[in-house]
Amino acid sequence: MPDTQPDQPAGPTPALPTIGILGAGKVGTVLSRLLLAAGHPVLISGSGDPAKIALIIDVLAPGAVPMTSEEVAREADIVILALPLGKYRTIPADALAGKLVIDAMNYWWEIDGHRADLSDPRTSTSELIQSFLPASRVVKAFNHMGYHDLDEGPRPEGAPGRKAIGIAGDDAPDLAAAAALVNAAGFDPVPVGTLRDSILLEPGSELFGANLPAEGVQDAAARFPETERGREVAAARADEDAA
Amino acid sequence: MPTTPIEFGLNSFGDVPTDGSRTLSDAETVRLVVDEAKQAEAVGLDVFSLGEHYREGYVDSATPVLLAGIATATERIGLGTAVTVLSTNDPVRLYNEFSTLDALSNGRAQLVLGRASQTQSFPLFGYNLEDYETLFEEKLDLFMKLQREMPVTWEGTVRAPLVEQTLHPTMRPGGIPTWIGVGGSPNSVIRAARYGLPLMLAIIGGEPHRFAGHVDLYHRALDQFGLPRQPVGQHALGLIADTDEEAAETWWRSWEPLVTQMGRERGFYPPTRERYELELGTGALFVGSPETVAQKIVRMTQELQISRFDLKYDIGGLPVDARARTIELFGTKVAPRVRELLAAEGDEAHHDDHDSHDLYRIGSTHA
Ligand SMILES: NC(=O)c1ccc[n+]([C@@H]2O[C@H](COP(=O)([O-])OP(=O)(O)OC[C@H]3O[C@@H](n4cnc5c(N)ncnc54)[C@H](OP(=O)(O)O)[C@@H]3O)[C@@H](O)[C@H]2O)c1
Repeated sequence: MPDTQPDQPAGPTPALPTIGILGAGKVGTVLSRLLLAAGHPVLISGSGDPAKIALIIDVLAPGAVPMTSEEVAREADIVILALPLGKYRTIPADALAGKLVIDAMNYWWEIDGHRADLSDPRTSTSELIQSFLPASRVVKAFNHMGYHDLDEGPRPEGAPGRKAIGIAGDDAPDLAAAAALVNAAGFDPVPVGTLRDSILLEPGSELFGANLPAEGVQDAAARFPETERGREVAAARADEDAA
Repeated sequence: MPTTPIEFGLNSFGDVPTDGSRTLSDAETVRLVVDEAKQAEAVGLDVFSLGEHYREGYVDSATPVLLAGIATATERIGLGTAVTVLSTNDPVRLYNEFSTLDALSNGRAQLVLGRASQTQSFPLFGYNLEDYETLFEEKLDLFMKLQREMPVTWEGTVRAPLVEQTLHPTMRPGGIPTWIGVGGSPNSVIRAARYGLPLMLAIIGGEPHRFAGHVDLYHRALDQFGLPRQPVGQHALGLIADTDEEAAETWWRSWEPLVTQMGRERGFYPPTRERYELELGTGALFVGSPETVAQKIVRMTQELQISRFDLKYDIGGLPVDARARTIELFGTKVAPRVRELLAAEGDEAHHDDHDSHDLYRIGSTHA
């Protein structure tokens, strides 16, 4: 890619990282639109042949490039997981080695079926993804807001009433990169803890489904230990530590 | 230029209502639904459709049986579903039921096939939720073959194969109107287009104009498959009362506990009053006075190019008279008012090229 001249008029900034999105469904297409609008190149895949999603992308996220998941994983700088959680074992782990991976997935039994491995209060599902992708760095983001709120909610930075998205991860630079993406998409990023803590962004927790400004997200995250779900998680984890 | 005609449907899941302080029994609710369908016909609505649920508070589980009852109690109104959970039905059985319904009602049967928002039928009939896609895809293939090209020879993984099979009573040529219900997944939109079937958008939350992109996707997919344009419809929830305030309060009393319960089952938090007000204003709920609801439907014809609008008027615990009033006002006030507004719009406007609409709003939400 040619270097951008410093005095060039504003346009798409080639310096922005290329975003890969695995999953071309409701969330994948909305996130593509938001990140394209912010100037990021976007690569996207469904479960199979890119030709199958070509029209979907052309209409719902024009500008994104349909590829196979393997290609998306290899060629993108940052990869967002927007496929059904139950299918996580089909994620091309090797191609993601060394990359920042943003986990937007949730356990949704109506899609994934009833699965004990995805609903164990001792482990957040993002921890599960991290252990499946040992050579990648996983941060949780974009999972708790419904896709229609994601679609309708973006505002420029500093706009009154801007909605927030909670993010969770173990590493400061990675959290910062995820925060920059959330901001680019049009939301205030709110760090709520480590990957282990990301269970407070999952279904069953107060923040799941939340479409709130930053203070609201911060307050709900702070309240988590006192909630029924928070106590259930703490108890399960204490048992595990004792065992 | 002539305006697109619009059809109005009434949808019921057989939600059990209240009467004063009393909750109706299941059997009373079954009979009430038949009466409401008769009322829908009397006030001039075009279609009456029933869902398919398997849980407390809903009596629509035997959809075709209930529709058959309605068929013999009415003369003109279309009889449909909203939606039939194809994945856990046997397409052969479904064909038999709906060809019988169509015969019984003198050609008034129709269907919407979809996923439905409830999943109880999967464990109940021994299916796995994970197999949803395969079940739907294979069964749709078979069901459309049965309707379009009997005798049918078919083989798949989800039921016994068929060899040169003909079913009776035989449906009218080409089958009955069969819609695909979608809830936002772009893949389902493409599937409807692939079969050349009309598209029913189930919009139960958020701003409906989000679906404008899906409508465009649908039209372009039909073009790509070389198939003619098909109608687009919208299924929405709502209540019509004499004033906006009365409608908003009555609906809230039933909607709030329902959504709270759904949230408990799926793991999201209860709806706030603020969220509710947004749904009433620019969102997906059609709750208000006849004028408010009519104006909102007219907006949908512009934003989503719909030529059919279905209102789900029952919601658990709603008083029977609020339901009756909704049906009455929908038929006698809202439907004629929408037609009047559309006719006035058609007289003024000269959007002469219907096909050249832009991807309005899509991609432009980010200021
Ligand atoms: N819906 C929401 O409001 C929401 C909000 C936040 C987060 N989420 C989470 O985001 C994820 C996607 O949800 P959704 O609602 O967008 O679902 P969706 O509309 O069903 O889309 C899922 C997409 O994932 C693709 N996919 C399946 N297996 C894949 C694989 N192995 N590699 C790449 N892509 C694959 C599917 O492609 P095929 O059709 O080809 O299989 C489809 O394009 C889920 O984990 C969900 O919990 C959802």
